[in-house]
Amino acid sequence: MLYFSKIKIISIYVLILVLSYFALTNFLDSNLKISNKKVNLGLDLQGGSYLLLEVDSNPIIKEKIQAKFFSLKKYFEKEQIKIKNLKVLDNSIFFETDDSNRDKFISDFTNKNENSINNYFSNYRAFEFDYLEENQNIKINYSKYGLIEIKKTTLDQALEIVRRRINETGTNEPNIAKNGNERILVELPGLDDPSRVKKLLGKTANLTFRFVSEDSQEFGIETLPFANEDRMANISKRIILTGENLVDASAGMDRQSNQTVVNFSLDRIGTKKFAKATTNGVGKRLAIILDNKIISAPVIRDSIKGGKGQISGDFNFQSATDLALLLRSGALPAPLSIIEERTVGPDLGKDSINSGKISLIIGFILVIIFMIYKYKFFGVIANLALFVNLLLLVGILTIFESTLTLPGIAGIILTVGMAVDANVLIFERVREEIKVEKNLLSAFDTGYKKAQITVLDANITTLIAATILFMFGSGPVKGFALTLGIGIISTLFSVYFFARHLTSFYVFRNKDKILFN
Amino acid sequence: MFKIYKTIDFVKYFKRFNIISLVFILLSLGFLFFKGLNYGVDFKGGTIIELRASDEEIKIQDIRKAFLNINVGNVSVKEFGKNTDYLIKFEKKNNQNDNFIENLKKDLSKEIGSNFKFRRVENVGPKVSRELLEAGMIAIVLSLSAMLFYIWIRFEWQFSLGAIVALVHDVVITLGFFSIFQLEVNLSIVAAVLTIVGYSMNDTVVIYDRVRENLNKHSSRNIKEISNLSINETLSRTIITSFTTLLALFSIFLFGGMILKGFSLAMILGVIFGTYSSIFIANPILIFLNVSQETISKKE
Repeated sequence: MLYFSKIKIISIYVLILVLSYFALTNFLDSNLKISNKKVNLGLDLQGGSYLLLEVDSNPIIKEKIQAKFFSLKKYFEKEQIKIKNLKVLDNSIFFETDDSNRDKFISDFTNKNENSINNYFSNYRAFEFDYLEENQNIKINYSKYGLIEIKKTTLDQALEIVRRRINETGTNEPNIAKNGNERILVELPGLDDPSRVKKLLGKTANLTFRFVSEDSQEFGIETLPFANEDRMANISKRIILTGENLVDASAGMDRQSNQTVVNFSLDRIGTKKFAKATTNGVGKRLAIILDNKIISAPVIRDSIKGGKGQISGDFNFQSATDLALLLRSGALPAPLSIIEERTVGPDLGKDSINSGKISLIIGFILVIIFMIYKYKFFGVIANLALFVNLLLLVGILTIFESTLTLPGIAGIILTVGMAVDANVLIFERVREEIKVEKNLLSAFDTGYKKAQITVLDANITTLIAATILFMFGSGPVKGFALTLGIGIISTLFSVYFFARHLTSFYVFRNKDKILFN
Repeated sequence: MFKIYKTIDFVKYFKRFNIISLVFILLSLGFLFFKGLNYGVDFKGGTIIELRASDEEIKIQDIRKAFLNINVGNVSVKEFGKNTDYLIKFEKKNNQNDNFIENLKKDLSKEIGSNFKFRRVENVGPKVSRELLEAGMIAIVLSLSAMLFYIWIRFEWQFSLGAIVALVHDVVITLGFFSIFQLEVNLSIVAAVLTIVGYSMNDTVVIYDRVRENLNKHSSRNIKEISNLSINETLSRTIITSFTTLLALFSIFLFGGMILKGFSLAMILGVIFGTYSSIFIANPILIFLNVSQETISKKE
């Protein structure tokens, strides 16, 4: 156990040097270092906001079932399949039919190759819709995989829009990622008041241009409230334009009225539609509706052919800027709700870093003093191993650019306390061996050998706990599991390679002295 | 300091300590069952606000009154570290409104002036808190089973049983302590409990390794003698390691700030119970199960 080949010694020290270098890059000036890797600070240390958003895909499912209803109706007419009582109920489509018509329908519905009414997902080996037949009643609803597919596309679209909206606010290095099937995780470092972002994300931003109807008895109208006023208006359900036709939007000032407005420009199709509607509708009122609330409903004075327009509506500069931002980044496919929010102010983060540092230094010093007191020279070896251990730990965290959290710092401090255990196990074992073994060299050799399995056993148990915590933990707690887990690996290395080499070096030189007791 | 020359007869004290442990476990279970744990917002849902007043005139009762007037429901206001720092917790259900925190700030400045700021705001919806609680429980159960599995591979079943009983002992008493004193249980406490599981196991395994080794070495001694010998041989290590770990933990507890207080307290308790149980719980079970030289030779 005490013999090391040259190549082994070299590789041990090279590895330690490389990892120490990475550990130190965190504290060096940027012009002095080769690599830009750094340990990231978690939101709890640098301050910032964490938001967890949930996408509600139910409205989309409802909408899609409605669309399916119409396409099925068309299909039945085209294929001349006779059915009765076609209807939608609770996100399912129902109808009745006779045996022969049913067989034709089912064979079409379950055709894997050319299927116009029921998509086949070859990646899932499953259909988009399931059917259920009972006598002559047939019920169609989304299959498990159909729902997964909807949720997936909805989430992808929502993620894209969320990303655009947050990027437009100019937040520094936001982290926006999917979390499971229906959630989006947003981390905004440095942001100590997320209320603006929350407001922006809370809006679907469904923009429509529709005519105001003066006749409340007219068919196809609905009554909608104004956004900033306490009154309602009757609005036609026919949509002239949607937000999709917008190519740009920005906040500006109207020179005549001196009001803050949102200027927008339309794409080619939008320009045409808008020109036609404004030409035919001179004198009528055109309502601009966002998320079922009327922003304004100006009277059309002249036809607008240039594809440029203006929305006015009691804005201040901030709200106009935000509306422009929402219009530019597009509508969310489904409403989002914020189901978890954690915000830490930057000064609390700084305090946490400081108290983390202080407790690490104090813990480290206490352990060092105790080890020297207890084991004298070998205590120094154990302490050197502990120091190398910390360098390795931080080095590994740096290479993987891991995130350090406050509990993560606690994990490092705990590692300091627990890491000496391996050396203690070995030294205590050696002490026992010295009692029976006269030769110092072989006492150390047997000591290391016998302690090895116990050291492994003892560390694996903690490693198991850390792994499970890493899998199930969330947020800052994950950071604890990470440093604790990596700490065990660096401990084993520093004790079994570094400290053992130092010990062997010393023991070979001082074969004749007795050191313990 | 920790040089123990004399062999201590631990076995003699097993019965006494087992009775004490049993009392503690029953007490803990009773509290856990009837009083339950004081879950933080992580597991119960709700809002937590760490507020710092820049005006020393703002007193705790002002803040409490202000929050009662704002009508956020059952609110708890506590001093948090410094005397200008307060921790406010409430459970209002409809705090999912996008403007909730902003409005709260406005309402609050009407009540106590604007010389304050929110240093930390955590808002956990009911769905998320339920999931976090579930994940926490799964993690604890899973870690216990993983330990059981590990020790089952490494040792004989008698040892597995002993180690698991010791683990459960530590976890139940630590949680019982939190229940008795109604200390807040949040995500970091789950982290602490898992680490305790790892630590307690570590301690038990070191002694068990020695028990097995001694069973092989001394064919004529019975389990009581072997157990006592093994505890004594590893005692120095047990004490030193627990001591250095406690040094680190006390350093976190005293200097690591308010946020890590609960976590380090749970860990300190866990390390103490874990050290105790590896001697006074894990070993009596080996004796109770009549482990002998045959127990190990059967497997090999």
